[in-house]
Amino acid sequence: MKNLGWWQIIWQAPYIWCKDWWGAVGNAVYAAVNWLWETLFRTTVSVKSWQILWPAFGDTLYMSIVSTIVAYILGLLLGIVLSVTRKNGIRPMRTLNAVLGVIINFMRSIPFLILLAMLFPITKDVVGKKSGTVAVVFPLIMSAFPYVARMVEGSLNEVDGGVLEAAQAMGSTTFQIIRKVLLPEALPSLINGFSICMTTILAYTAMASAAAGGGLGSVAITYGLNQNRYDIMYAASIMLVVLVQIITITGTVLNRKKDHRLR
Amino acid sequence: MSLAETENGALLQEKKDTIIELQGLRKIYQVPGGEVTALNGIDLSIKRGDIYGIIGMSGAGKSTLIRCINRLDTPTDGKILINGRNVLEMNRGELLAMRRRVCMIFQQFNLLMQKTVARNVRYPMEIAGVPRARANERVTELLKIVGLESKANAYPVQLSGGQKQRVAIARALASDPEVLLCDEATSALDPMTTQSILTLLQDINKRMGITIVVITHEMAVIRQICTRVAIIDGGTIVEEGPVDDVFVHTKSAAGKRLFGIIKSEEDDSAAPDVPALRIVFDGGKQNQPIISDLVRKCDVDVNILSADMKRVGGKSFGQMLIELPENMEDRAKIITYLQGQGLTVKEVLSE
Ligand SMILES: Nc1ncnc2c1ncn2[C@@H]1O[C@H](COP(=O)(O)OP(=O)(O)OP(=O)(O)O)[C@@H](O)[C@H]1O
Ligand SMILES: [Mg+2]
Repeated sequence: MKNLGWWQIIWQAPYIWCKDWWGAVGNAVYAAVNWLWETLFRTTVSVKSWQILWPAFGDTLYMSIVSTIVAYILGLLLGIVLSVTRKNGIRPMRTLNAVLGVIINFMRSIPFLILLAMLFPITKDVVGKKSGTVAVVFPLIMSAFPYVARMVEGSLNEVDGGVLEAAQAMGSTTFQIIRKVLLPEALPSLINGFSICMTTILAYTAMASAAAGGGLGSVAITYGLNQNRYDIMYAASIMLVVLVQIITITGTVLNRKKDHRLR
Repeated sequence: MSLAETENGALLQEKKDTIIELQGLRKIYQVPGGEVTALNGIDLSIKRGDIYGIIGMSGAGKSTLIRCINRLDTPTDGKILINGRNVLEMNRGELLAMRRRVCMIFQQFNLLMQKTVARNVRYPMEIAGVPRARANERVTELLKIVGLESKANAYPVQLSGGQKQRVAIARALASDPEVLLCDEATSALDPMTTQSILTLLQDINKRMGITIVVITHEMAVIRQICTRVAIIDGGTIVEEGPVDDVFVHTKSAAGKRLFGIIKSEEDDSAAPDVPALRIVFDGGKQNQPIISDLVRKCDVDVNILSADMKRVGGKSFGQMLIELPENMEDRAKIITYLQGQGLTVKEVLSE
């Protein structure tokens, strides 16, 4: 890697590492899928299509997972601060809360595509290049974390004020209340928020093509829209739909399992 | 031991006797378009080991008062002394330490809904850094005290209201408090459950010597467990004293409204149509079968016309109307006997 800062290496290295083994996994999966197709439909899956779809699938996963995790961590911290410092929170701080609120609302009101363009110069500094799959992760995080912050804030604000008051009356520090009361009590709602956040980011990755990013969305656009390869477009879309379903269902199941108010 | 030391000790002892003292406590809430005076100069002193009742109508300022004691709310003015230390001058560390000594239970229980009963009870020990093994032992002990050993692994949603309040009590006891503040702790419970919770509180007070402050709007609660009571109305204490005294010699309008039990002699029910005698019980004679004694000792028949009695702290209060016999000698005997027993009697003549 030529003249990259350490943070740029941190940003790019995981993707390069993932790409290494993803291809090998793809060959194994291809064999399995091909066998399934033969038994079910008596046709084979074209190696060419597979070579388009499989890396795109990997890119989509990479972009959504990395962005979701980073955006969620940032958003969680920010959401906690927002909830704790609000007027009736456990540690009210009016000015801080108001300032953060304004910044977040400002960032949330910029459409993703415009943010993507606005961030080009910064992305170049942070990631080391301004386009491509790894680069798109940065604007994705930037556009998602304010949204996550609001969602987390909402989940935390739902926690019964009486319970927080009881925790205060028992002599808990603010940090203890956050860690042992606020977050565990809001957990089911936070899980829901996480899965919503992930599906939203997944949808945004489809716009990554605008910055020469990869992924299923960009494959669907390049092949379907520009080359009339409808089979690839539909395959890519179906894969996206299935991904969204898996995330949503997992979220719902986990939410039910973790919510002890329901029994 | 020198005399000076003894005196010092005695002084300390006397100082120690008062555990909570409120001086000129005022709380003004700023609301849009004005202010609400929730507390208007409260002076109160609560002795160690008491079960102290604070009773008042809705909006009288009870919750505000109790929330000021452990500083969940900050008063506008005044002093709150706990063991002689002003709560309002404590820094954050001291405040947290104080809150671990002054625990609280609530009307809505306020349990952690995502944690088991055992984890709820362990919470105060977790935040105080008690080692895991010891904390778990203590949880078992506490659950035994409140009679919920079998529910250790249940979640609050699986419990009844009374059981939830028991968990809340166990949780409050986990940090070995000196004081237990109860804000309407039984108001969400049915009469039977209320009884059992009150009995538990009384038991805790006796066995562990924990001072209990009970906030309520129900006279029955005060009557059953409290040793002293303060009546709060419009943000001020209008009456204060031992439960018996306040109960019998209710002076304030607010108190009379709240109790509504001891009728004054003027508004007595219609005069009886036979010569009768009114006997007033003011708690002086404990558990003494006055009437059957009267029958045996004076060898007369006694016909009870009406009775309006209450038991407070094991004593009888109220009045009873008995028919007087025709025979003037018997009448005199009865009156002399009852007066001899220290009861107030008054002849009520028929029209
Ligand atoms: N946060 C607040 N902001 C404004 N006013 C308040 C606030 N809390 C209480 N008050 C007012 O203070 C007064 C006393 O309220 P408080 O809650 O102490 O009454 P209470 O005696 O506990 O009544 P209840 O029996 O209904 O619980 C009421 O007039 C109430 O409206
Ligand atoms: Mg109240």
